Amino acid sequence: MGEAYPFTAIVGQDEMKRALLVAAVDPTVGGVLVFGDRGTGKSTAVRALAALLPALPVVAGCPYRCAPGRVAGLCAACETGEPAMVPVPVVDLPLGATEDRVVGALDLERALTKGERAFEPGLLARANRGFLYIDEVNLLEDHLVDLLIDVAASGENVVEREGLSVRHPARFVLVGSGNPEEGELRPQLLDRFGLAVDVTTPQDVPSRVEIVRRRDAFDRDPAAFRATWAAAEAALGGQIEAARGRLAQLVVPDAVLEDAARLCLALGTDGLRAELTLLRAARAATALDAGFKKEGVGEGGAGEGGMVDRAAMLAVAPLALRHRLRRDPLDESGSGSRVARAIREVFPTAAPAGRAEAA
Amino acid sequence: MTDQAADVKADACWAAQMLALDPALGACVRGGAGPGRAAWLAAVEAMAEGPVRKLPLGIAEDRLVGGLDLVATLAAGAPRRMAGLLEEAAGGIVVVAMAERVAAAVAGRVAQALDLQATDGGGFGLVLLDEGEGEEAVAAALLDRVGLYVNADAAGTVEVVDLEEARATLPLVSVEDAAIEALCGAAVALGVWSARGPLLALRAARAAAAVSGRAVASPDDIALAARLVLAPRATRLPADQDEEQEQEQEQAPEPEAAPQDDEDRQEAGELAERVLEAAKAAIPSGLLAALASGGAARARSAGKAGTAMAGARGRRLGSRPGVPRGGARLDLVETLRTAAPWQRVRGAEPGRVAIRKDDLRILRREQRSETTTVFMVDASGSAAVNRLAEAKGAVLLLLAECYVRRDQVAVVGFRGREAAVLLPPTRSLVRARRSLAGLPGGGGTPLAAGIELGAAMADAVRRRGGTPSLVLLTDGQANVARDGAGGRARAGTEALEAARRVAAARFAALVIDTSPRPNPAARALAGAMAARYVPLPFAEARVVSAAAGRAA
Repeated sequence: MGEAYPFTAIVGQDEMKRALLVAAVDPTVGGVLVFGDRGTGKSTAVRALAALLPALPVVAGCPYRCAPGRVAGLCAACETGEPAMVPVPVVDLPLGATEDRVVGALDLERALTKGERAFEPGLLARANRGFLYIDEVNLLEDHLVDLLIDVAASGENVVEREGLSVRHPARFVLVGSGNPEEGELRPQLLDRFGLAVDVTTPQDVPSRVEIVRRRDAFDRDPAAFRATWAAAEAALGGQIEAARGRLAQLVVPDAVLEDAARLCLALGTDGLRAELTLLRAARAATALDAGFKKEGVGEGGAGEGGMVDRAAMLAVAPLALRHRLRRDPLDESGSGSRVARAIREVFPTAAPAGRAEAA
Repeated sequence: MTDQAADVKADACWAAQMLALDPALGACVRGGAGPGRAAWLAAVEAMAEGPVRKLPLGIAEDRLVGGLDLVATLAAGAPRRMAGLLEEAAGGIVVVAMAERVAAAVAGRVAQALDLQATDGGGFGLVLLDEGEGEEAVAAALLDRVGLYVNADAAGTVEVVDLEEARATLPLVSVEDAAIEALCGAAVALGVWSARGPLLALRAARAAAAVSGRAVASPDDIALAARLVLAPRATRLPADQDEEQEQEQEQAPEPEAAPQDDEDRQEAGELAERVLEAAKAAIPSGLLAALASGGAARARSAGKAGTAMAGARGRRLGSRPGVPRGGARLDLVETLRTAAPWQRVRGAEPGRVAIRKDDLRILRREQRSETTTVFMVDASGSAAVNRLAEAKGAVLLLLAECYVRRDQVAVVGFRGREAAVLLPPTRSLVRARRSLAGLPGGGGTPLAAGIELGAAMADAVRRRGGTPSLVLLTDGQANVARDGAGGRARAGTEALEAARRVAAARFAALVIDTSPRPNPAARALAGAMAARYVPLPFAEARVVSAAAGRAA
């Protein structure tokens, strides 16, 4: 793949960038759903994020991108254990992809030429330890969406077909995008995504001029454009890496747990998944922001680990909850504003949901 | 704008030259096949550097993006890869005829390839030949990614020029900031929200400048780009500020010695206005009317995305001879079973199986067809009094249920003198809500026209392989005949005739009587339609929805 557009050069779309960063820091948040118009930079952002992340140590030639020392032992390459570094993969799942291509299938080539029964890894294997991007996820066939969400949640792909019995690691951040004007996602699939954002094109001329100007500069000379943004990219990449390291030490106090439960109750989200995602997202967001505050200053003296506070939790609440609300076909108001309303009602004293809503 | 026809011709000529110069611009050529379109394409081919390849409608996935060449592999006994059409067309142009009929899977692949080449360089230019009429529209994913929109019927003669010099100039063309601002401003004013609009316009402006041998894009180039790229994407008419601005300009006396930046700003303003004016002038007249009346040209952008893939899903029915490609799955067991008796004859080595192309078997699958519920909503005065809101609610409720079943709904409304498609088959709640909210009540009841339009839509659904069902919400009081004339008797007879045709076509149907108390006319209508009859004197949206669910 060629050079990606720099993540830090994306104009606006703060909420989408925030959600992607949170998912990058903690992939267990469970994927990001981006709903919005065409040409709002959805796929650019996903590719840009992957390019920002530190390269992966892998076994050279392993189709499953096993980490050296932690091989799944499924292919010949893993036996050699030759280490290599590869960029974080972004796999595009095209509309109309067959199940064979997604989960993998009998290797026809080897079956026909050598008479061997071998497994040909599919897109899920290629996406291992990276991102699986599905444009127009709302138009994808149902059985594929079911399958993807199941694999994303379990982190492994189990294939039982054509006499093959294979299970291989498939840990990836699922990023789905789509335009609700062209069909909606089934509600039972909606809440399987960890975070959801609605994106719109900026409607003011100056931002649009800036978008066009930057994109044009990139198209004409990608290398030079990337060079101008290299410092910002490196800083953000470092921040993500630091946040990942910080994640394990972050403590969520009981009071915040309770607040999260109260908010979910007020919004009527079913099940524990909402609360769990909300807390994970809050933790990842806190870990990210801690990078700005500089080493322990204002961290409440909690030693190595910081605390997740209520403000951080409320700030990510729209991302984590907006797609889990009971749908009312006759309610015109956006789901994001319903979450904001609930926050105001449950926590009248809390500051308005900040950053995440600002987009 | 002295002669609009001449302008359109000139624009098409420009578009051909710009596309040949910079294939990545892409183009959408509207209109049926004909000499105009053929000549335009031939001119592009003559001027273009790279190959021009045609993408046939039924292209298999492996031919599109490459894959294992099964026949060659079998013949050689070693894997043979074949390049896909998109690879073969690198540096050239891929032409898609009947682009509105392209399967969603193919459209998705092409869109993906276009996105990747934007960062990878090289790649191909896409030309969509859009012959769609009415409901049919090119997949929005593709339309958004091509720049120039050309009207084939008005293409006229295209001058074939030598682009040698232009090719050298193209990388050097610069565009002033004011011009970029003008293009973005025009995009916002016209409601072109995708960032690809102004980006492609900018690219077009550069190509136009290069074709004319200019190193800096002139206002003419910018205006041309706005006409070719932005105008056809308009979703709204620019707010009429022209008059206000003119007045302002008249009032503000021209300063004698304006400071430099002021002058610049004025020039920039003039350019912005000119670009918008150019774009506005190029908006086709029909579209203009539609935009002015508030109904944005949504049907165009809707796209037909959910086309089912044959043979890829559904219950297994057995197998048949065939080569597994394009989503068809190999039936391994049957293939081996076919090959087994011939092994000795073919001289297969022990432990190896000799398989030939004729042995290959692929799975046959039963296609689960999609259900589309067509609602025919009586919005006449008599129905409107108390039932229209409930009918609207029922459609929305059923749609909410349809998510779960992945069904589609469509809405036909009838009132006054005619029936109209309010919502082509969709799963989108957003669009359904919008179309229903805009349905006014009042006027006569052209029942026959409504039924006929609904039946026509059901027929189209069936021809596409779906399973239609009809739901008619009416009080049965027809009083407008098909030709728009009043008169209860004739209108009633015609409505019954239309209903009988529905019965003859064997569409599943449901008639919901929305009159205050059960109406014999509505019951007779249901009888003629071979439909279930549900009188709902005090209908509630949820009850209607439940009944519709049972009929479907």
